[in-house]
This record gives sequence, structure tokens and C-alpha cells, in this order.
Amino acid sequence: MMSYIARRLLQAVPAVFGIIIINFFVLHLAPGDAADVLAGEAGAANEAYMKQLRETFGLDQPLYVQLYEYVANILQLNLGYSFRHNMAVADLIAERLPATLWLMLSAVFLAVGLGILLGVTSARFVNTIVDRIASVLALLCYSTPVFWIGLMMIVLFSVELGWLPSGGFETIGADFTGLDRVLDVLWHTLMPALALSLFYLAVYARLMRASMLEVYRLDFVTTAHAKGLSPARVAFKHVLRNALLPVVTMAGLHLGGMLGGAVVVEVVFSWPGIGRLAFDAIFQRDFNLVLSILVLSSVLVIVINLAVDLLYAWLDPRIEIR
Amino acid sequence: MSGVAPPLLEVRALETRFSTEAGLVHAVDGLSFSVNKGDSLALVGESGCGKSVTALSILRLVPDPPGRVAGGEILFEGYDLLKLSRRDMRRIRGGEMSMIFQDPMTSLNPVLTIGDQISEAIRTHESVSRRSAWRRCVELLELVRIPDPHRRVHDYPHRLSGGMRQRAMIAMAVACAPKLLIADEPTTALDVTIQAQVLGLLDRLKRELGMTVLLITHDLGVVAEWANRVVVMYAGNKVEEGRVDELFAQPLHPYTQGLLGAIPQAGRVHYTNARLHEISGTVPNLIDPPARCRFAERCAKAIDICHREYPAPFRPAAGREVSCFVAERDLA
Amino acid sequence: MRRLTEFWRRYRRNVLAVLAFGVLLVVAAMAVFADLLYPQGPWEMVTRPFLWPGDRSQHLLGSDMLGRDVMAGIVHGSRVSLLIGVVATAVAFIIGTLVGATAGYFRGWVDDVLMRFTEIFQTIPPFMFLIVLVAIFKPSVTTITLAIGIVSWPTLARLVRSEFLTLRERDFVQAGFVIGMSNTRIILTQILPNALPPVIVTSSVIVATAIINESALSFLGLGDPNLMSWGTMIGAGRQVLRNAWYLTALPGIAILLTVLALNIAGDGLNDALNPRLKSG
Repeated sequence: MMSYIARRLLQAVPAVFGIIIINFFVLHLAPGDAADVLAGEAGAANEAYMKQLRETFGLDQPLYVQLYEYVANILQLNLGYSFRHNMAVADLIAERLPATLWLMLSAVFLAVGLGILLGVTSARFVNTIVDRIASVLALLCYSTPVFWIGLMMIVLFSVELGWLPSGGFETIGADFTGLDRVLDVLWHTLMPALALSLFYLAVYARLMRASMLEVYRLDFVTTAHAKGLSPARVAFKHVLRNALLPVVTMAGLHLGGMLGGAVVVEVVFSWPGIGRLAFDAIFQRDFNLVLSILVLSSVLVIVINLAVDLLYAWLDPRIEIR
Repeated sequence: MSGVAPPLLEVRALETRFSTEAGLVHAVDGLSFSVNKGDSLALVGESGCGKSVTALSILRLVPDPPGRVAGGEILFEGYDLLKLSRRDMRRIRGGEMSMIFQDPMTSLNPVLTIGDQISEAIRTHESVSRRSAWRRCVELLELVRIPDPHRRVHDYPHRLSGGMRQRAMIAMAVACAPKLLIADEPTTALDVTIQAQVLGLLDRLKRELGMTVLLITHDLGVVAEWANRVVVMYAGNKVEEGRVDELFAQPLHPYTQGLLGAIPQAGRVHYTNARLHEISGTVPNLIDPPARCRFAERCAKAIDICHREYPAPFRPAAGREVSCFVAERDLA
Repeated sequence: MRRLTEFWRRYRRNVLAVLAFGVLLVVAAMAVFADLLYPQGPWEMVTRPFLWPGDRSQHLLGSDMLGRDVMAGIVHGSRVSLLIGVVATAVAFIIGTLVGATAGYFRGWVDDVLMRFTEIFQTIPPFMFLIVLVAIFKPSVTTITLAIGIVSWPTLARLVRSEFLTLRERDFVQAGFVIGMSNTRIILTQILPNALPPVIVTSSVIVATAIINESALSFLGLGDPNLMSWGTMIGAGRQVLRNAWYLTALPGIAILLTVLALNIAGDGLNDALNPRLKSG
């Protein structure tokens, strides 16, 4: 198990290098001096910062030296300093990351949970009106832009009905503690997480429906019925777990996409995560911060994919981890 | 023998149909036969003749839709299974009557351990604790001669060989000491050497547990070796029935004769080729089957009436039956 | 031509897909005839601000905070969405087919290297990559289109590769090897035409995703500043969300309908192109 994880991490090394190198080239293909891009137009006034950037990233050296310096710096998590925020970039990201992870975790939970529910219902009532309605619902969720549905939810639930807060991570200045704070955060999480989950919910519902129908045709389901089990027990103990496997695979593949969705959702709901941080950095032209977020997000995707593979192996005993 | 006692299972005029895009398939079309207590009855026929559908119909496991038991009665100890509530039917399944399937590779759930799957069968029908159900699992694995049963209960199916899996399936099926065990091609997916072992196991369990077994197979070698009575099916119908020794010695229906690949002669028939003998022609389309002998087109002996009418069952002796105009004429 | 009628006959069986095709035709017509329908363009202030939909019959969908006609914006916005959606998909199609075909045809180390490369691109969160690319290269129709193409190609590359891997083993391709056809000729005349159906189906979904990505970029303020796009309208409407939510709702419905139509049409195409695979 440990050696498996170690091997997988080792395999990820070329990917991490690849990502860093792609970043490096994006930086150099951009119009103007890399230092300009990194410092941003507005930041160009600060000569000391420019000089520091040139030195840190060796920008006056030949390209291959620059590449080496760039990779070495990033691997040591030496991501530079953000004058905008007056903080080391690494610290800044570390401070904002938990909010994004929490948002994504909540969204995955909603997407997988509701998606499975919808898909199982569809499969149970296949080709009936219930199935049709569920399919149309899934197709609608699948086609809705996340930022737009977020705004529409704010109109409905915050502006018109006044049920839910329109943004933020928690009530500012309320200084809740303990359980009150947890509830307050949950309350604030509900809408953004739901908005972010809708697209994936639709994907999982469709996948789950197909997967359930597929598994129901397999021989061991007949065996289970032949044992005299109730339909509910067959569905939950025998079919569901097997049908979940493709959904888990998919959910793993979707995490990168969800990080992108998180940028938009965080902007719509003023959520203090790295997506919002990246968005602000773009308009402050703090590209060093933006690129650092991009690299770290990619690494995050690799790590989460590994976790999903372990989960998959736990769900499917046929896969032996060694 | 058991002529007076009522049969354990009696299938009467069973009709099972499947709706497909091409039309309604009459997979089983008016089949009747009975299984007496203690029998080892073999239901024989080519693939697609409706023998597996018959087994599923008895347990009411025909996938619906597209399938449906459209008519007939299935009397088990005198009760019509087709009239039972779903709840009562579930009590029968796996309890009074259980089934094992053709492919042990796909018939066990890959994500549950052998022990989980066997103890589930026990706990569905008997209120016993988890621990004692688990203990029974180990005993059952011992009973079916799976080596190292204490370890095997914790294994997932993919860790077992095909033969071992089929033994585990059998252990699961006999867990609640059923009165009737239906075995649908239990050895077809296995190696020849393993086949003999599994058949031997079934025989031993039948004696030790006092079960009645309905074996479904296309393999006449298995029938000759294992069964005491045999029902031959063709295109959704019974064409011939009898004791194994009688039927092999003197097959009456031209289809049975073709299967045995031998012409009946005085004395013994030697069936060196135990596999199904190739009969020329194809199985008739079961969508709107014609109201005449279904074997007529492939039959070398067919006479006029065979192409016009449906032959009624003819009983030349007790427990012997054939549906064939030619055989009836010759025997009369 | 006969294949086309046969295809249409099969496609027609799915009523929803026909409806979706109709919606796409309407959107395309809006894009083509935008200048005829609203010759003054989408930026012109034509009436008083904050007219709600239905307030005045000549401005059916109302007006925004500057008195610009919302309908004119939506009609002109369809141009940006369709143009970027289709061209970006074409870019993704070209890159994806080149990479996927090369990997699937030559197999071996070429395949390994190219697929590793593709995996790396798939690891980078696509939308994040997209905003970074657009921001660094300055937003314009060209950069946005190219950037969307760059983040969309890996899906197509993998699909094309797997099609090539199976097709290259088929008899008619092997026959090509036997009679000494050149690699290029085999790829172009034997394999590619047979690999196209699933690629076309996936492309329709990629157009849908590209339209959503473009609108999200414009919403974030990273759209082409010289063009009226549905996303731009939503971004502008967001400022007055509390009082005039219709300014956000309407362009969003336009996006939703277009994307929905593309997805349904994609399903319909799939059923019509692979009739065997149809399931309950």
C-alpha cells in the first residue's frame, strides 16, 4: 500500500515537471519581458520588485538557465512575494486554500449524493414519466452555466425570499463560536456548493442510471434474487455498490474541471478561496501569484486523483494494490 | 414407485413469452412435466429451446419486462407458485427451492466476500446471529469440500478458481437445505475434470441433504451419468420423457434419436459421441410458432400430418411419453 | 446524398433532437442576420433605461441600465457565442486529431510520449488555464478562441487515438498495408473517415462547453471588450441584480437554450450514427 502510493507519486513527477514547464513557456510566449508579465503593468513602477523578480527567476540569464531556476524555485515552494497582499505567495495560497477545498468537498458531496439519488430513481422507474422528468432535469443542469445559475439562485433565495445569504464564507462581525459557527458556515456554503455541483450532479445522474441498468442485467443480480432477497436489498447491497464504480472514476476525473468552476462560483458568491484570489490577481496583473495558483492546483489534482484511485481500490476488491 | 404420492413440483401448460422488437417470442409454449421427491431429473435440449427460461419461470425470476409468464400453473408441494404473493415467493426462493447458475465467474457478486454472500442467504431465511451464520458458512464450505474454509470465507470471488466458485455457489444454494435444487448448466463453463467433481458433489449433497434436483443441461453425457429421469425439450415444448435407461436404450422421438446420433437397435445403444449430435436445419422461429409439429421441417421421418397438426402426448408406458405422430403410429 | 437522407431518417425519429436542431437553426439565423435585424448594433442607446420585458412592444425584452435594447444584445451576442464556439472546436479538432491520430497510428513510444503530454494538459484545471492564457495574452476574439481550443483538445485526442488503435487492426486497413499504400494515404482515406462519427458527436458537446467557457470568460470581464457577448451582458446585469434581474436572466436563458440544444442534438447524432448502441 505505502509502496503503491510512493510509486504513484514517483510517476507523478514527470507530470509536475511538465506542468511547470508549460507554465514557464506561457510566461515567455506572452508579449513583453517575463519580468513585466510577472510584475504586472501596474507593478512595474516598483523597481526593487522588478529587480528581485529578475534575480529570483534569473531572467537575465539564457533561457535554459531560466527554466532551471524557475523549476528549482517552484519545487522548493519558493514562489516569490506578492506586494499586493504584502505576503509570501506560498503563505497566501495556504491561507486561501482551505475555503476552496471545503467548497469543493461540499459540492462533490452534493453532486455525488444527489446525482446517485436521481440516477437510481431513474433506473428504478426506467422509461416511465419519472425517468423522463429526471432525464430532462439532468439535461437542464448539464447545460446551465454555473455562474448564471449562481446569480439566479441569489435572486431567488437571497433577494426575493431572503432565505440564504448572498455570499461570503460566514457572517462578518458575528463572531460565532463552536456549533453556531459551523452552522453559519454551512448556511453560507449551501448555495455556492449547490451551484458548483449542478453540472456534475447531472453527469453522475446520467452515468448512475446507465450503470444501474447495466448492473441489473448481470448474473449475480439474478443470484441475489434467487436467494430470496427483497428488491430493496438487492438494489442497495448488490447493485448500487457495483454501479458506483464508474461514478467514482468520473468524479476523480472531474476535480480539475471543478476547480475551474470554483473560480467562477467564488467570484459570484464572494467566496474567499484561491479561485477568487486568482481572479483578483489577474485584474491586479499579479501574474506570479496567478501562475503559482495554477501550478499548485494542478498538483492538487494529481494528489486528489491518487486518493480517488485508493478509494476505487477499496470499493472494488478485484483491483489489487501492491 | 412414487406413483401415489403427489409430485414435489408439477409444471402444467407453462407459457413464458418475451416481447422483442421483432415480435412476441414464445420461449416456453405449453410445457408440462413433474418432478417427484428424490428425483434427479434432467431437462435436456439445444440452447434456445427454453430450458433455462423454464428454470427462471419456476422461481419467478424471468426478467419482466421483456419477459412474462403468460399462462399455466407451477405447483410446488401443491401450491401454485404463480399465485403466491411476492413476499411468500421470496420465502420459497433460496429457502425451499434454490438455484445455481451456469457461469460461476459472473454469478457471484465481485465486491462481496464469499462469506458475506453465503451468510446473507442464511440470514434472509433464518433468524440467526451474524456469528452463527458465519460459522455455518465455514461448515458449508467444508461440506462442498473447499480447502481451507476458514480463510476462504473472507475471500472475494476473484481469488477463487472457476471450480471453487461453483462449489461456493452450491454451498450458497444448499445453505438453507432446500427441498428442490435447480441447477442450470452447472458444469458447462468448467473444465472436464472439474465437471465430474462438481457432478459428484451434487450427487453426494442430494443424498446427504435429501434434496430433489432438477438439472438443466445440453450435455447427454452428463444426463447418462447423473440423472434418473429425463425430459427432452425442443422449441419451447417437451417432445419426449422417460427413465434415463429406457430413453437411451430406445429413444422414441426422431429429435431424441438425432440427439443421440444413433438409430435404435435391439439391445444397447452405444452413445460414444455424448455431445449433441448435429441435426441439419435450424431451430424454428419462436415468434408466432406454427400450430404443427415444430420439428417437422428438420425431421427425416416426417409424414403429411406432421406438417398440419400438433402431435398430442402419447404414453406407451407409465412414466414414458412422446409427442410424435410417427412414433405413435409405429408403437400402436 | 443517400447516406444523408438515411441519416436524417434516423435522426428524425427523436422528436426532441429535431426540436433542438430547430433551436440551433434559429440561433444561427440570428447570428447571420444580426446586422439586418438590428443595424444600429448592440451598443446603441435607443430608449430609456430599465424597461422591463413586455413594457414596450418595440423593445420586446426591455432595455438595460443605459437604455440599450436587450434583444439587440442577444441577437448580436449569438454571433460571438457561435463563432467562438465553432472555431474553438475546430482548433481543438485539428490539434486533437493530429495528436490522437499520430499516437494511435504509430503506437509504441510515439504513443507513450504523446499520451503523457496529453495527460499533463488534462491535469491542469482547464478553466483556470483558460483564464490565465487569456489574461496573459490580452483578451480578444483570436486569443479567446485559441485558448479555448488549447484547453479542449485532450478529450478529442484520446477519443481519436482509441478509434485509430481499433480501426488500424481492421481488415480494410490491413489491406491498405498489403498493397503498399503510404501512411498518410491510409490515415486519410482508410482510417479517418471511419473514425469520424464518434468524433463528430463529441465535437457537438465541445462546442457547447466552448460556448459556456466563452460566456464565463466574458462574465468575469475577460471577454473581447469590443464585442457584445451573452456573458458580457450577464456580467453587466450582475451590477443591478437586485433591481433588474431580468438583465441577468435573459442572456443566461439564451446560453442555456443554445447549450441544451447542442447537447440534445449531440445525443440525437449519436443515436443516428450508432444505431446499434441504442439502449433502453
